[in-house]
Amino acid sequence: MTDTTMSAPSRPASKSSRPGTLALLLNNTLATSGLVVLVLICLIALAAPILPLEDPDVTAPANRLLPVFAEGHLLGTDHLGRDILSRLIWGTRVSLAVGLSATIIAAFFGSLLGLVAGYAGGRTDTLIMRGIDMVMAFPYILLALAIVAVLGPGLLNALYAIALVNIPFFARNIRGITLGLSRREFVDAARLSGKSPVQILFLEILPNVLPVIVITMSTTVGWMILETAGLSFLGLGAQPPQADLGSMLGEGRKILFTAPHVSIIPGLMIFALVMSINLFGDGVRDILDPRLRAGSLTRPVSRTAVHRKADDIPSPSEKGGVLDVRQMRTEFEIGSSVYKAVGGVDLNLKEGECLGIVGESGSGKSVTAMSIMGLVPTPPGRIAGGAAYLDGEDLFAASDRRIRDLRGGSVAYVFQDPLSTLHPLFTVGDQLTEAITTHRPLSGSKAREKAIELLSLVRIPNAKERLSAYPHELSGGMRQRVCIAMALANDAKVLIADEPTTALDVTVQSQILTLMNGLRRERNAAILFITHDFGVVSALCDRVAVMYAGRIVETGTTEEVLANPRHPYTAKLIECVPVLGEPERRLDAIEGRPPVVNNLPEGCAFAARCPHAQAACRAGEIELEMSSDTRGVRCLFPLNSGAAV
Amino acid sequence: MAAYIAKRLLAAIPVLFGLTIIVFLIMAMIPGDPATAILGSYATPENVAKLNRDLGLDKTLFEQYVIWIGNLFQGDLGRSYTLNRPVLDEVMERFSATLILAGTSLVLCSIFGLLAGIVSAVRQYGWADKIITLLVLIGISTPSFWLGLLLILVFAVNLRLFPASGMYAIYGGGDLADLIHHLTLPALTLSVVATGVIARLTRTAMLEVLRQDYIRTARAKGLSERKVIYKHAFKSALVGVVPVIGIQAGFVIGGAVYIETVFQWPGIGSMLVTAISTRDLLLVQGGVLVVAAAYVLFNLLADVVQTILDPRLR
Repeated sequence: MTDTTMSAPSRPASKSSRPGTLALLLNNTLATSGLVVLVLICLIALAAPILPLEDPDVTAPANRLLPVFAEGHLLGTDHLGRDILSRLIWGTRVSLAVGLSATIIAAFFGSLLGLVAGYAGGRTDTLIMRGIDMVMAFPYILLALAIVAVLGPGLLNALYAIALVNIPFFARNIRGITLGLSRREFVDAARLSGKSPVQILFLEILPNVLPVIVITMSTTVGWMILETAGLSFLGLGAQPPQADLGSMLGEGRKILFTAPHVSIIPGLMIFALVMSINLFGDGVRDILDPRLRAGSLTRPVSRTAVHRKADDIPSPSEKGGVLDVRQMRTEFEIGSSVYKAVGGVDLNLKEGECLGIVGESGSGKSVTAMSIMGLVPTPPGRIAGGAAYLDGEDLFAASDRRIRDLRGGSVAYVFQDPLSTLHPLFTVGDQLTEAITTHRPLSGSKAREKAIELLSLVRIPNAKERLSAYPHELSGGMRQRVCIAMALANDAKVLIADEPTTALDVTVQSQILTLMNGLRRERNAAILFITHDFGVVSALCDRVAVMYAGRIVETGTTEEVLANPRHPYTAKLIECVPVLGEPERRLDAIEGRPPVVNNLPEGCAFAARCPHAQAACRAGEIELEMSSDTRGVRCLFPLNSGAAV
Repeated sequence: MAAYIAKRLLAAIPVLFGLTIIVFLIMAMIPGDPATAILGSYATPENVAKLNRDLGLDKTLFEQYVIWIGNLFQGDLGRSYTLNRPVLDEVMERFSATLILAGTSLVLCSIFGLLAGIVSAVRQYGWADKIITLLVLIGISTPSFWLGLLLILVFAVNLRLFPASGMYAIYGGGDLADLIHHLTLPALTLSVVATGVIARLTRTAMLEVLRQDYIRTARAKGLSERKVIYKHAFKSALVGVVPVIGIQAGFVIGGAVYIETVFQWPGIGSMLVTAISTRDLLLVQGGVLVVAAAYVLFNLLADVVQTILDPRLR
């Protein structure tokens, strides 16, 4: 859906396309520092036997509760006179070992269950997943407690308990992915080649699932270290004299008021350990999660950014008109490449006039429509040049406040897919009255009356009852009528309709077109009608502009262009329209694809697909040659040049 | 709507039954012979056999379960041998204390988490976002039992602003102000991790929603940015976040085990820890069952709230 409205740069697969180098740097720095701390802690813990440390379990009652930085005891001593530094390092060893083992056990059994459930499907799947659901119906730590209650307190039992309660987490994740993979072609191929299910599962599917298992492990290991430490803290894990970080903290708690360092230090270590793991895990996930990587989760701001040079603002054309677009250029900056979605477009629209913009997806027609009121998402979009005048007012120079007043007021939009463009959680009435009251100070009941009036205007039966309907309760045609009613709420001077009938079936389509045409005549509103369908154009539009690769390649009155297309691209587009009653007519698809707008060829952008292209077409700038007030073509060798215009 | 809620309630019944089976089986799996445990290792075989008969342990596992669940329906969860009182009485008393603590925490983490998530999304890549992201990371990496100790040291021992433990003052307390005074530190400590999780999720949900077509429609209508974000985007984001709050309820109730121990809050968590140490297994069984059932009901509530928010689910 977004692909068609923002058709120009439909998400390129380029890497390093995440916005904000600073944010990227910060994220990476955090992940890197996490890794450094983690490696440091692990190395120290591993090196414990060869470090010059005191025996962690040797008590020395004479040296009880020495403070931090005491002679010979860098971190002081505990209530039995044991060296805290030594106990800390040995305790970290234990905590790390327990946390890692629990993760590995949970990952092994959880993945196994997930693999089997996802691959076997059917009854096995249901049985396993119901069991998993059952286990997940328990609050997490509570289940671990119940298991420890059964097995009895002890470090190993705590480990088993934590591993067990984390199995569902792995099982669910892995099952989902296995389910997707087991329907893929390579699995079918393996099955046909006679491999056994076990072979398929472990030789074909497992290698593909392994990265996910690793990511899940990296995001849960910190949590498991925390939880096993928690059980030890409660006295249900490590039993004296054995000590992990949690039990050190638990013992220290009893003397919190007199010697806080005894409990603060091991807690700080748990925090450092878990924090470094989480930082690193987040970094790994950011890099591996494609959704975050493509910067697709960047929030668009309320209005398209305008970056145009002050001395490069064209003045309004002498033609006048209610909407006057001059040399408008809109670009998308994604990663290091710039996509010139709209490359200098002129449009002129008079009162009561309907101008059609026609082109394939990717031609820049939707972006043109969105640019006028600053609805192109920024980032990554921006207005790079030109101007749009509404009754002589430069829209790109207007204040945000002013633009807000004009949006839905003087300039209203109707979008393509009425299901995704209406808010699913508000009733039709809410959305309509909101459109009304945003621009006029009407009371609730007055606004409702007006809303009913609007719904009747767009010929929705039982308008009053429909107010309390949600969009999903209406048919596609009804939804689009609601959208049109919303656009008409404030007597707009200009109605910009972006493929309003594309998502609808043909009969509904013609009803909507009739409706719009009637409204135009009654209200004298100007309509900018975006479509890819010449059939729709001929039904509604006075004039038409054909766009290709972000530029207008031909323009003229609808009759002129339809009867006598001069640009080869226009001719091809018209040939694509099926005509009722002419089944023998050949529908030629236009060969090739529109050029990618970050790397436009020199000369005519259509040259590569044009049957009449000559050498001259591939060099230099080709102007839009106007042969009359309304008629123009951007082609060196236009068709039908002999024919009368 | 009412029909939907009724349907969900009915669907929760098998889950609750499943819970009783799991809890029963866990306790049945305990190694060793309870009769020997009660009578001591010098008991005569005749006495052991008699006690087994009295306890119903000579019956099959299924018969034992049927008897157990029959008693359960009559509100009989057995007697705690350490406290010498009915398990149900003790569990209910303790559970109400936990409900106060966990409920307050859940409210706190929902408010702070949603707010932080929205600010973070709206100011994406700005300073507020970076600070919140870092705080969230710190929050979910901090052991809550340690944080509780730190807060006690700072606010109870050094600043003397809040009491270090208990639910009411021993002398002259007992009113709401006293409860809030005692509740502040433990409730805050307990809400930290869940706040982080909810904030993270809200941020992602908001960013996802703000890219939707209907947000563009809202802007094309000329709505103020405040309305676009707090009315249109937030409502959609909330639909995704509510079930997570339901899941967080489980983590909060579970986390209460630590916090109750640290702050000596007379809740079910600290009761369970003591009961496990003293091997008072009937008490453990009753406690686990009640908490798990409450969790199931809470998730049901989250489901219903989600359905109220999203008409498409009805």
